[in-house]
Amino acid sequence: MTDLTAAPVLVLLDHTADGALRTPVREIVTLAAGLSGGAGVHGAWPADTEPSPDVLAELGALGVTHVHRVVADADLHLSAVLGEALASLADATGARLVLLVSSFENKEAAARLAVTTGAGVVTDADGLVVEDGRYVASKTVFAGTWNTRCAVTAPLAVVTVKANSVTVEQVAAPVTPTVAEHTVTASAGARRVTVVERTERPASGRPDLGSAHVVVVGGRGTEGDFSPVEDLADALGGAVGATRVATDEGWIGHDAQIGQTGVTVSPRLYVGAGVSGAVHHRGGMQASGTIVAVNSDADAPIFEIADFGVVGDLFTVLPQAAAELRRLQSEG
Amino acid sequence: MRIVVCVKHVPDIQSERAIGPDGRAVRDGGDGTLNELDENALEAALALVESLGDGSVVALTVGPDDAADAVRKGLQMGADEAVHVVDDAIAGSDAVGTARVLAAAVRHLGAQEPVDLVVTGMAGLDGLTSLLPTALAELLDVPALPLAAELTVDAAARTVRVRRNLDHATEVLEAPLPAVVSVTDQANEPRYPNFKGIMAARKKPVTTLALADLGLDASQVGTAGARTVVVTAAARPARENRVLLTDDGEAGVKLARYLVENKLV
Repeated sequence: MTDLTAAPVLVLLDHTADGALRTPVREIVTLAAGLSGGAGVHGAWPADTEPSPDVLAELGALGVTHVHRVVADADLHLSAVLGEALASLADATGARLVLLVSSFENKEAAARLAVTTGAGVVTDADGLVVEDGRYVASKTVFAGTWNTRCAVTAPLAVVTVKANSVTVEQVAAPVTPTVAEHTVTASAGARRVTVVERTERPASGRPDLGSAHVVVVGGRGTEGDFSPVEDLADALGGAVGATRVATDEGWIGHDAQIGQTGVTVSPRLYVGAGVSGAVHHRGGMQASGTIVAVNSDADAPIFEIADFGVVGDLFTVLPQAAAELRRLQSEG
Repeated sequence: MRIVVCVKHVPDIQSERAIGPDGRAVRDGGDGTLNELDENALEAALALVESLGDGSVVALTVGPDDAADAVRKGLQMGADEAVHVVDDAIAGSDAVGTARVLAAAVRHLGAQEPVDLVVTGMAGLDGLTSLLPTALAELLDVPALPLAAELTVDAAARTVRVRRNLDHATEVLEAPLPAVVSVTDQANEPRYPNFKGIMAARKKPVTTLALADLGLDASQVGTAGARTVVVTAAARPARENRVLLTDDGEAGVKLARYLVENKLV
């Protein structure tokens, strides 16, 4: 039986179309470096673009020992193709653990791995350790109201990790990762789906909602005016999110919707403005570090889970808070 | 066009949900309901059959006795048939184990009359793993098109096309039928069962199948077939040191200072 405290770990290196690492990738690399026990951290880099020298240096500083440029004869955006690539890399590297950032696409690849390799999968983990010779992942369930720990009993573990779960750390002895090409021939089955069109959403200038440390959310109480929400987000260097009501009303794009069926966030600081706190929304934010709520309705359910709640008008409270923050920051 | 819609009976998200000592969600029977997101799957299937002017919809579920309520709701919405796979050995299945049972049931149905499309919801509101649709497609060896915000079928060309919104991109995917599609809660507005639908549903039978009917071995499913096991589960402790105040004209300033004092900025 392999000693899991010293086993290679395979990490999917999600990146943008122009080759920038997705922020939460740094977290799962840190996790992998801690778990690999020096047996190697292997990064899978879908080679639609090349990893730049800066990216390679950063990966080395975080503990990646090998970068595998994955070249496939089919579109790696297809989960079946990506799943086959990761399965063959896990096999080639001897990895007992595959770490992925939690996203819908990566969960699809995880599902493929579960069926094709017999791996045990845990999704949306917020921590991972080796215990009694097994990988044990922690995660919250039931809209953040329960903490569970799941052990993987299969020889291969596939774990998707939520953003903001791990503090990124550089390793004591950075290395320059070796770079090798890993060629994948997609099966006929994996090629049956065609990507007719794929459009990457342009960056907003604010932090990415799913991985931001601070998220300010507007709900029904904004009545469609998100300017105080955006202004406070900018004063805090945070991302802007919304409730289902706000996106359905067309006040903001659907990609800003936080909830069980939208984006799940667990930032250090969540601020809900005019957000009632319906259970669908709570399912997407209840695991946040500190929860602040501003709502004119004292009976809003969000106050049941708020660390700091203000019964008041968001149109006066938010601008005042933003101004005070900027004043305190200018005082340094 | 014959469409199978996979639906799940889950604890109501408005109820107090809990995990028992066996590591499984507590199902006390009282607070169960059709997974809300599966209503979107049923709606998508019914709307497709209506727009094509031909076809039928089968509601399929796996679970203990009370899970039959989920397919009955499907019948009330307008599904033509209902199938409930129930077997003690299924309890404790992980997503892949459940997918194995569903895949066997879809094959069983396909042996009677070919299945062109399998539709599911985007996630179960209990586990929220979203693993099932892709695992089911892999097991059935057909294409998977998950997370459809828009869904169109070209019956003549026998292809299915979806538009899906991901975290960082929008995609349009196309595949030949048969296929597995999951639809999001943006895809449509599910219909409410009307009186006629409720009355008609009473006359439609719910076919019950066991693992043996599907040629499945108990070792592949349930606790025996699961590759993960819950080792601990505990309700999250309530938040401490909470502050609740009513704006006295200075609440914004107090909020800013709270954030600075707690090193949140």
